[in-house]
Amino acid sequence: MVNYINYTSLILIFPLIGFLINGVFGSKLKSEKLIGSISVLGVSIPFFISSLILIQMLSSNIDERLYIVNLFSWIDVGSLKINVSYLIDELSIIMTLIVTGVGALIHIYAIGYMHGDKSFWRFFAYLNLFIFAMLNLVLADNFLLMFLGWEGVGLCSYLLIGFWYDRNFDKSTTADAAKKAFIVNRIGDFGFLIALFLIFTNFGSLEFVDVITQASVLQSGDELLTAITLLLFLGATGKSAQIPLFVWLPDAMAGPTPVSALIHAATMVTAGVYLLARTSAIFILAPFTMNVVAIIGITTAIFAGTIGLVQNDIKKVLAYSTISQLGYMFLACGVGAFSAAIFHLMTHAFFKALLFLAAGSVIHALHHEQDIYKMGGLKKYLPITFFTFLIAALAISGIPPLSGFFSKDEILYKAFSFGSFWYWFFGFIGAGLTTLYMMRLVYLTFYGNENFDDSIKPHESPKVMTIPLIVLAILSAIGGLIGIPHALGGTNYFEEFLEPVFKTSNSQLPFVFENITTEYLLMALSVAISICAIWYARNLFLQNLKKSELIKNKFSSAHNILVNKYFVDEFYEKIFINPIKKLSDSFLWKWFDIKIIDGLINNSAKFIQYLSSVLVKVQTGVTENYVQIFVLGVTLILLKIIL
Amino acid sequence: MIPTFQDYLNVAPIIIVSATALLEIVFQIIFKGFKKYVNIFSILGLLISIYFAIINFDKVSMSFSNMVFSGKYASFFEILFCIIGILTILQSSTIQKYYSINKIEYNVLILISIVGMMVMSAGADLISIFIGLEIMSICFYVLAGFARNQIIANEASLKYFLLGAFATGFLLYGIALIYGTVGTTNIIKIAQHYPIALSLDLHLLGLILLLIGLAFKVALVPFHMWQPDVYEGAITNVSGLMASGGKTAAFASFLLIFSIPLAAGNNNLIEIVSVLAALSMIVGNIFGLVQQNIKRMLAYSSIAHTGYILVGIIATNNFGNHGALFYLVVYSITSVGAFGVASILENEFGKNLNINDYSGLSQKNKFLAFAMSVFMFSLIGIPPFAGFVGKYYLFAAAIQRDLTWLVILGVLTSIVSLYYYLRLIVYMYFRDPENQNNIIVTNDFKIAISFSTIVVILFGIYPSSLFSVIRYIFNIY
Repeated sequence: MVNYINYTSLILIFPLIGFLINGVFGSKLKSEKLIGSISVLGVSIPFFISSLILIQMLSSNIDERLYIVNLFSWIDVGSLKINVSYLIDELSIIMTLIVTGVGALIHIYAIGYMHGDKSFWRFFAYLNLFIFAMLNLVLADNFLLMFLGWEGVGLCSYLLIGFWYDRNFDKSTTADAAKKAFIVNRIGDFGFLIALFLIFTNFGSLEFVDVITQASVLQSGDELLTAITLLLFLGATGKSAQIPLFVWLPDAMAGPTPVSALIHAATMVTAGVYLLARTSAIFILAPFTMNVVAIIGITTAIFAGTIGLVQNDIKKVLAYSTISQLGYMFLACGVGAFSAAIFHLMTHAFFKALLFLAAGSVIHALHHEQDIYKMGGLKKYLPITFFTFLIAALAISGIPPLSGFFSKDEILYKAFSFGSFWYWFFGFIGAGLTTLYMMRLVYLTFYGNENFDDSIKPHESPKVMTIPLIVLAILSAIGGLIGIPHALGGTNYFEEFLEPVFKTSNSQLPFVFENITTEYLLMALSVAISICAIWYARNLFLQNLKKSELIKNKFSSAHNILVNKYFVDEFYEKIFINPIKKLSDSFLWKWFDIKIIDGLINNSAKFIQYLSSVLVKVQTGVTENYVQIFVLGVTLILLKIIL
Repeated sequence: MIPTFQDYLNVAPIIIVSATALLEIVFQIIFKGFKKYVNIFSILGLLISIYFAIINFDKVSMSFSNMVFSGKYASFFEILFCIIGILTILQSSTIQKYYSINKIEYNVLILISIVGMMVMSAGADLISIFIGLEIMSICFYVLAGFARNQIIANEASLKYFLLGAFATGFLLYGIALIYGTVGTTNIIKIAQHYPIALSLDLHLLGLILLLIGLAFKVALVPFHMWQPDVYEGAITNVSGLMASGGKTAAFASFLLIFSIPLAAGNNNLIEIVSVLAALSMIVGNIFGLVQQNIKRMLAYSSIAHTGYILVGIIATNNFGNHGALFYLVVYSITSVGAFGVASILENEFGKNLNINDYSGLSQKNKFLAFAMSVFMFSLIGIPPFAGFVGKYYLFAAAIQRDLTWLVILGVLTSIVSLYYYLRLIVYMYFRDPENQNNIIVTNDFKIAISFSTIVVILFGIYPSSLFSVIRYIFNIY
């Protein structure tokens, strides 16, 4: 039988080749179809290979499902040995399938969406580079290679947010949004990097398997582990847009919509969750960090959900929704339910990518209009878009039997049984909020009066865009069926499959007696709140728009706070950015940099230059002088021996 | 002892290159049209030589009454020299059009100088090393003055010869003293007398004189004075050959002769060599700053790099030896490439060599500008290019051996060197073209430069490919 593990390197090579071809020759390739196909092949072939690996994995024994594929030695100096090698196990193969599968669909969609763009080739080159970096992130068998991917996706995110560098976004430019994303991420990356230093100095290795083996000997609550995990989590909050570093993600919507779908919803932003899952065995030994993770997660979920309620830009609502859903995943991690987090990560990748792509289809049809109050009544013009968007909205709202129901419900149940009542309660409230803002989008966009300009004749997008929508809609609908909880008489295949990866962390969890009554109750409550929210949204945003105005006016101060996103940006500006700017302007730049650093460098450079121009006169070109210097050298050496 | 067939087989790479050169002389007389095919013929010879070097790679042995080594260390350098030779010949295809030089003689001299280099790196005896050195040097004396209707070339040739002869005197006297104190010139047998022999003043003196002779060949300060003048006067590709092959060969013998006495820890010797290394780094880089002529700039840069490599060799640990070999490979390829690019721009002898002539090269020829930038970045030692990895190893080795002061000096002088390397890149990319000289790039040349560029990038990203070979070599030697 063919061992598909041997083809692991191909998974990484194809996106790289796609990037190189489009990046180097793209400007010369005239055909959009050709560029698009190269790019799509660069993602879909890896998807195909990883599917084969998954099949092979399923047919092998449970304890033989971990493979390490060593490609070559990357750094080998002293005790620091880093290989470019990849870890294939249940967790990384799932991530690979999500990245390449959803990625391939979004690539196909983008062929239609980006049609006619002057930098078509550049877009696809970046997308493939992103896939390459993301695959390095999820497949790496050591922290440093993962960090390489981590930085690589950050770079691609930056490049793609600022892709339309000549366009305006909000009150500034897309370039500013790109810079914001990059700089905020640096703060998180700083934490990640310090964590790597700590890990290397204390464990002498950066390989996951090694580090985890060594760490698991330590006491639970060990200070070193707490420090490492907190720093890693700081990195995760940057990449996965959690409090306090979430501010970049809404601005990241400046990028083209397929980018928002791929990078800022389905894949890159989940890297933080993946990092926690990968190192779950360490996190579980740091209870303090776990509490921090859960609290940050649930706070972010509520916080972003409330902001999402009042935003008018369709993509921004989805962005806040993403932040909120990522909060749920961190809540799951924080209570130790890592497989639930990954399950939600997967279903979220399906329906959130779909929401973005469908929103893109709407934006496409309305000639780049993004304000939901200038839409309405699009249902009859864009039937496929509407239908798929609706499925995704219901899925994220947790309506059974769509995928979001199973994954969110599992998180809420685990939060209740491993965490506390309050985790569950806020998660439950958040679920209501989610449904409310999603249905608000549905009603304002697709139902009601046509508020768009008369000159616009909206029409359904081409097949190349609608087919990915349909595929994602199917996945969003049935994707949850691989994880039906016991309480409903099903088998949670997903959790069972991931069991070996989280064996260590699961063993540390408190034993909870499975109480089917509680589970039923919780399930019923969350379905109930969703249905109430749908009804309420229908009431407010379809039947009785005036009433929503009324509520808005009644709570105008609260509404104002929400519209301005709790003034977090302004707060950061006042507390961090302005003082740093002032300090830099007056002291660091005008005095320290110009006077001290530049002065030191320029003057020493001048001195050396002067020295050089004087000394070079020794080189007379006269052979006798050369011999004299030669002999002088010999004499000095002989003197040195004699004396 | 009568040489056996195996002896001849062991030195087959050397014999094949010699035979190629001799056949070319004969064919020149017999076949009228041979001129056209001489480059291909030389390259074929070198390729066959590489083939035999690879065959011999695994078995280390000594041939001809313990005069020459073969296998591993020797094979490694034989392959390197053949590659350098191929690159030089490919790159010369362009200039051969401009100058009225005798192509066949040019090829023959290059091949024979490569024979000299091979003998130097394979020498198991001071005498065979000396013979190799002279074979190489005499070819270089002639090659330096190959553009014979140019005064500057004649001057370079004569200067090189006079100073070279002077230095050879020291070398031979050193060998004589060593023979006088230990009664043998065989490297392995000499090593058996260590460390006792090192306490003999006369033996130490012999080593020092030998050191001075080799220091002249690798151009260590203060024995470097010839180098800028000769590199400027020689045909640019020949300068490239001298900077890469000539220097590497001298270092190969240096390692063979000196790694054992240096490792034995004679303080006098270590201090002298350290000071020479330090001076080379300082003088090479500081003098490089004000050079306007690209060939002179590369000559001073070459002096500085001699210093860096020596830092690794003084350390005499694994790190240092491996790093030195890695750096020699990388530096050779880089400098062949850099001189090659210079040779293309120089479409008439001595013209277009000023830094101003590189203004806006990126607009005129992207390929050349990119390749030159890669070489410059590698010479500075900026990742991800191979120069960085090499420098890292050399300096790390010195730190292990508590030679931190040399490392600090090396890093500081590297910063100084940044200026003149980057200046070239600034001229190429950030200035508009000044003159309209036609750049003609032949396919042969493109192949050679692409090869060098790829090697420099590849060994920068994936250094372990070369290091695994180097480690294998040192398993025995």
